[in-house]
Amino acid sequence: MKRDSRGIILLAVVAVVAFAIGACAGPITTVPTAAQPTQAQATSVPQPTAPPPTAVAQPTAAPTQVAQATAAPTQAPSGGPTNPPPTSAAAEIKGRLKTVLDRGKLICGVNGQLAGFSVLEADGNYSGIDAEFCRVVAAALFNDVSKIEYRPLTTQNRFAALQSGEVDVLMRNTTFTLNRDTAVGLEFLPTTFFDGGGILVEKSLNAAKLEDLAGATICVLSGTTNEQVLTDTFNALKIQFTPLTFPEANALYKALDEGRCDAATSDKSQLAGQRASLLSKPDDWAIMDATLSKEPLAPAVLQNDAQWADVVRWAIYATWYAEELGINQANVDDKLANGDTNTKRFLGGTGSLGKDMGLSPDAFYRVIKLVGNYGEIFEKTLGPNTKFKVPRGLNTPYTEGGLQYSPPFR
Amino acid sequence: MTSPVPTAPSHTIPFYRDVRVLRILAQIVFVALVLLFLGYLFNNMTRGLARLSGSFSFGFLDNAASFALSETPIPYDPATDSYWIAFMIGVLNTLRVIIVGIVLATLLGLVAGIAQLSSNWLVRKITQGYVEIFRNTPLLIQLFVWYFIGVLSLPRVRDSVELPGSIYLSNRGLALPWFTPNETFALWFGLALVWIAVAVGAYWLLRRVKIPLVYEWRGGWALLIWLALALVSAVALNPFTPSLPAVRGFNFQGGTTLSPEYAALLLGLVFYTGAFIADIVRAGIQAVPRGIIEASRALGLTYVQALRLIVIPLALRVIIPPLTNQYLNLAKNSSLAIAVGYADLFYVSNTIFNQTGQTLQVILMVMGAYLIISLALATLMNAVNARFKLVER
Repeated sequence: MKRDSRGIILLAVVAVVAFAIGACAGPITTVPTAAQPTQAQATSVPQPTAPPPTAVAQPTAAPTQVAQATAAPTQAPSGGPTNPPPTSAAAEIKGRLKTVLDRGKLICGVNGQLAGFSVLEADGNYSGIDAEFCRVVAAALFNDVSKIEYRPLTTQNRFAALQSGEVDVLMRNTTFTLNRDTAVGLEFLPTTFFDGGGILVEKSLNAAKLEDLAGATICVLSGTTNEQVLTDTFNALKIQFTPLTFPEANALYKALDEGRCDAATSDKSQLAGQRASLLSKPDDWAIMDATLSKEPLAPAVLQNDAQWADVVRWAIYATWYAEELGINQANVDDKLANGDTNTKRFLGGTGSLGKDMGLSPDAFYRVIKLVGNYGEIFEKTLGPNTKFKVPRGLNTPYTEGGLQYSPPFR
Repeated sequence: MTSPVPTAPSHTIPFYRDVRVLRILAQIVFVALVLLFLGYLFNNMTRGLARLSGSFSFGFLDNAASFALSETPIPYDPATDSYWIAFMIGVLNTLRVIIVGIVLATLLGLVAGIAQLSSNWLVRKITQGYVEIFRNTPLLIQLFVWYFIGVLSLPRVRDSVELPGSIYLSNRGLALPWFTPNETFALWFGLALVWIAVAVGAYWLLRRVKIPLVYEWRGGWALLIWLALALVSAVALNPFTPSLPAVRGFNFQGGTTLSPEYAALLLGLVFYTGAFIADIVRAGIQAVPRGIIEASRALGLTYVQALRLIVIPLALRVIIPPLTNQYLNLAKNSSLAIAVGYADLFYVSNTIFNQTGQTLQVILMVMGAYLIISLALATLMNAVNARFKLVER
């Protein structure tokens, strides 16, 4: 009896101690799926001392750079301040950027079911504007657009995939909203496509304005801004309607095709893409003129990692800036050799813009050389020569009356 | 003669070879490992939340939901009603599927289980084919087939099939005549409850009437009395106006509509679970000793009488425990509703955490809700089991 009670007490003590150890010993920055364990440990090193500026002074290629950065803490002579001196030109590679460079490929969360944005082609590659922007980031990081793992995500699991660190960046026609920026914990980057919410109806219904849809059943994808916009808009106009929500596009457009719902709502570009690829008689359907909402579709990364966000942000700005300066895939070599100072600085011929971001000096040159400027990307994915024939609308440089205004690269 | 008493060992056993110590030690190590793992997960969660700078609170549930739902058993206005109301609508929609699904799956399983043992070759083979096909294909695939091939290929709403009694069938669902309550409805409903008490009283009184036709069928007579009273008061009070469905504008107006999403989910769950129940029923009947069945037939009972009075009561003891598992499976499988667009608990929760970003809290709520539903079902079935199990003296 006495022995038993002693055992139970011992058990309880061990249990409490073990739980306490478990609660303290986990990795600090990432959940297990996010990164390899070694990286998790590396980031949890208690004193991340600043590498001396010389340690990463002239990085020529990503792998060596990383090797030096990892070795840096042991080389650090002083072990004093935790922040690099403000005058330091080279950035310390940490967080998500380090994870991605160590891994050697970018994990890009895409839609995968939306023609024109990201869809798997017969040759095994993804096409579409979102897939092209995955390549823009990969070009800046690795000088190789094949070092990408595309991860198709639904509207339901896209934010969880980013929150858990499963994907590095979300390029999945996602609307930039305040709620997602704050409560969901994302960091939105420059809008890659300015869109608006619309409604797709059969031409035979002769619906010209929203009031003509009174009493209709309207299909919508769950977990989208369109779902809320539909409710808000129709309630404001006091129009009766029944929503029918589906988790993914194939099911939704099948139901629309079969007449289970009278109309579908989504972003206008998306309606154009799905009409062309998923409906049996695309010509019988029309997108109504009414625009229900603003839908700025922007890439997103997880918040609180400014270095990684900067890399993706400026890679996107580079495609705008290049179009503004008249630099394209064909003339980029010539511009690098013979351009003015501003152009050379942008392309890495002079200055240290790429290096300051923790990348190679010619990061933006690679983006234009391997993928192209925004105009070229748009032309081959959504423009008038494609089956979608989406007008560029607001997606033109500010010099042509559009919304694309890149901050200066200097 | 007497064997020598073994002398006490000159040395004590070291603790690492003492079985008693080792047993306790092994348990301590195991508990420590489990707790270490739980602690790791807990730590991961708190740090993850800190990284997302999210706080763990359920305050967001009071905010207006602002997303419309296609099926709402209780009145719901997305502009003003909270996420909590939306969540509860999801729970109600789930219960609607589970309760109806369990009743129908049990009936189907009972019939198919008995038919599997039929002496008729065709009936036996057809039911065996049904059980094998539905038991051995994934439920999700079956749901897709029911919805996309079954329900959606029905005629469009403007070409609906009209069945007798103002019933319309289309791929917008089954439109049925229904009623709209008048202001006298509450009074009539109260009276109907009173009439139930009257019918129960009649059931007790009829027991004393010594006419076989009366006391043997007293349940039927009591029901008849209640129906007659309810009908008479309904004629007197006029509590509801009948409402017939008709196509007006895009959809059916009036009447009530059984949605295709609900129908597809219900059909999928009933046929899938019914196949498992059929096999449980078959096994239960076969567990009844053959001699008992033969004895009951020898007593002059008909096949149906033998089944009803002898075989099923004995088989129930074997059937009920595995049946509970199937009910729980049906309850949990109902979360596949999202695939066919039915607004159940999981579907609504998905939308909520997508909009609010409070993934952890909503997932915990969903797990809690399913846990409560499952535990309630299990408790109920355990009570039924206790009533039917063999009483040993």
